[in-house]
Amino acid sequence: MLAKEVKTGMHFINGDEACCEGALAAGCRFFAGYPITPATEIAEAMSRRLPELGGIYIQMEDEIASMATILGASWGGVKSMTSTSGPGFSLMMENIGLGICTETPCVVCNVQRGGPSTGLPTLVGQGDMMQARWGSHGHYEIIALSPSSPQEMFDMTILAFNLSEQYRLPVMIMADEVVGHMTERVVVPREEEIEVIDRRKPTVPPEEYNLYHADADGVAPMANCGDGYRIHVTGLTHDERGYPAMDAKSHEKMVSRLVGKIRNNKDKIIRTKNSYLDDAEVVVVSYGISARSAMQAVRDARKEGIKAGLIKLETVWPFPENLIRSLAPQVKGFLMAEINGGQMVLELERCAGGACPVGLVSNFGGAIISPGLISNAISRIRRGTA
Amino acid sequence: MPDKRTVHVIITGFGGQGIVMAGEILGKAATLYDTKHATMAQNYGPEARGGACSSQIIISPEEILFPYIEEPEILVCMSQEAYTKNIKTLLTEGTLIWDTDLVHTRKTDMHFKTFHIPATRFAEKLGSKMMANIVMLGFLSAVEHLVHAEALKKAIADSVPAATKEKNIQAFTAGREYGNSIVKGLLKLEQAKHQD
Repeated sequence: MLAKEVKTGMHFINGDEACCEGALAAGCRFFAGYPITPATEIAEAMSRRLPELGGIYIQMEDEIASMATILGASWGGVKSMTSTSGPGFSLMMENIGLGICTETPCVVCNVQRGGPSTGLPTLVGQGDMMQARWGSHGHYEIIALSPSSPQEMFDMTILAFNLSEQYRLPVMIMADEVVGHMTERVVVPREEEIEVIDRRKPTVPPEEYNLYHADADGVAPMANCGDGYRIHVTGLTHDERGYPAMDAKSHEKMVSRLVGKIRNNKDKIIRTKNSYLDDAEVVVVSYGISARSAMQAVRDARKEGIKAGLIKLETVWPFPENLIRSLAPQVKGFLMAEINGGQMVLELERCAGGACPVGLVSNFGGAIISPGLISNAISRIRRGTA
Repeated sequence: MPDKRTVHVIITGFGGQGIVMAGEILGKAATLYDTKHATMAQNYGPEARGGACSSQIIISPEEILFPYIEEPEILVCMSQEAYTKNIKTLLTEGTLIWDTDLVHTRKTDMHFKTFHIPATRFAEKLGSKMMANIVMLGFLSAVEHLVHAEALKKAIADSVPAATKEKNIQAFTAGREYGNSIVKGLLKLEQAKHQD
């Protein structure tokens, strides 16, 4: 008898284990990876759980192979994922681009640690946010999520699979060491309460099928290898049939659709959790573990009568551009809290468009941001001395 | 009655003593079998095995946002190195708990609320020093009311290998009874003071 795929009930587990359980609940049955701190527990949990569910776990020779393998598995018709941290994420970049170009649904979880290079294996960082956005070559759009707790590791892993199946691309979960290793209560709902989205299948007969002929939303139905449809998958610029077509016009057409399927569906993809925004004078924007410090600072500020609010980014990419643009003329300033030298703050500045000051509370990694530092910055922005 | 405050607990010792497991059991008891929130963060370096190791648990009636502990109210030490490394962080009015045989405290620690138990010796008598962490949890449950004892027992029962369940519950009870006797003794002492 197979083991339970959805462990309905309450658990006291860490973020990495919650990620594994979320993946399994979403229907993931293939994991290829190379263990790395602080993401090792995801691979460990997968190596225990997948075989009992009839799935496949492979420990690869490196992260280049891991990424290639989950793309192949996805074309084989199985939901697949890998997990890693900074050094492995760097190695995955080329094949993430292949996944974007071939429109292959899969999930990559990066439990971030301090970088650059080997950096701080056991300590927290959020320095890979721009790498998630632009790390592979060429121009493309991406979807990346950022969980702040083990519960969100569970929920967002399901969401990541759903988005990847819906929009046909690798979706990134940009977690961090503290969220990955922290243990908290995780509530796993009943199986029938979990929304699981599967890739759209072709409805036309095989002789009429074109691999990359998109529906109105810009996403093409996907036949798996072995379904009986003609399939030609390449990282070269290709036409609707999937055949190489290396000229400017074909390239324009292909990249426009890769970019458009995300940009044109932005409103359906972007998710933020907004707190105390209605009358907020200072709005803190944050994500992942830093959003918890930010929430503490915002609540402390409110206790002192300071009108602070919080936008917690659940999707860090695409960035909630319209929300920021609409708030910018009304507020005294924005503040970004993140564990890097200032990455998402660049996007915040761009969207604020000079309509109000934008501040940054950050460190380069190794420790989370203390709420007190954010509180001080809120006061400075409010007084106009930032 | 269990505590209504947010309490920050650090349990610390060396790798192999079940320090992380003790933290996990405490957190599990609070969140799954009691009605509280708990967050456990783990501290380790690449050099962790055999070296200092600690688990940090925050227990609160409210949602916990900041997961790090800077100044614990309760510090449990199961090795000398862990004690030396962590004693500076304990709040002035905090509670210091240690394994009598493994830690030598200083006289200057006496402004803390202090409790000690030969937890490892107790565990050895019960058959395995592996259970010292559970003895310590029993002791902790008697001297500081963080979660209900029943919740802790349930958490122990589903955390330890099935074959050792009974032994571990015995270890918990032994630690708890020893703690209760000390607390009663303390109360008498306290009462005696007031009579002067």
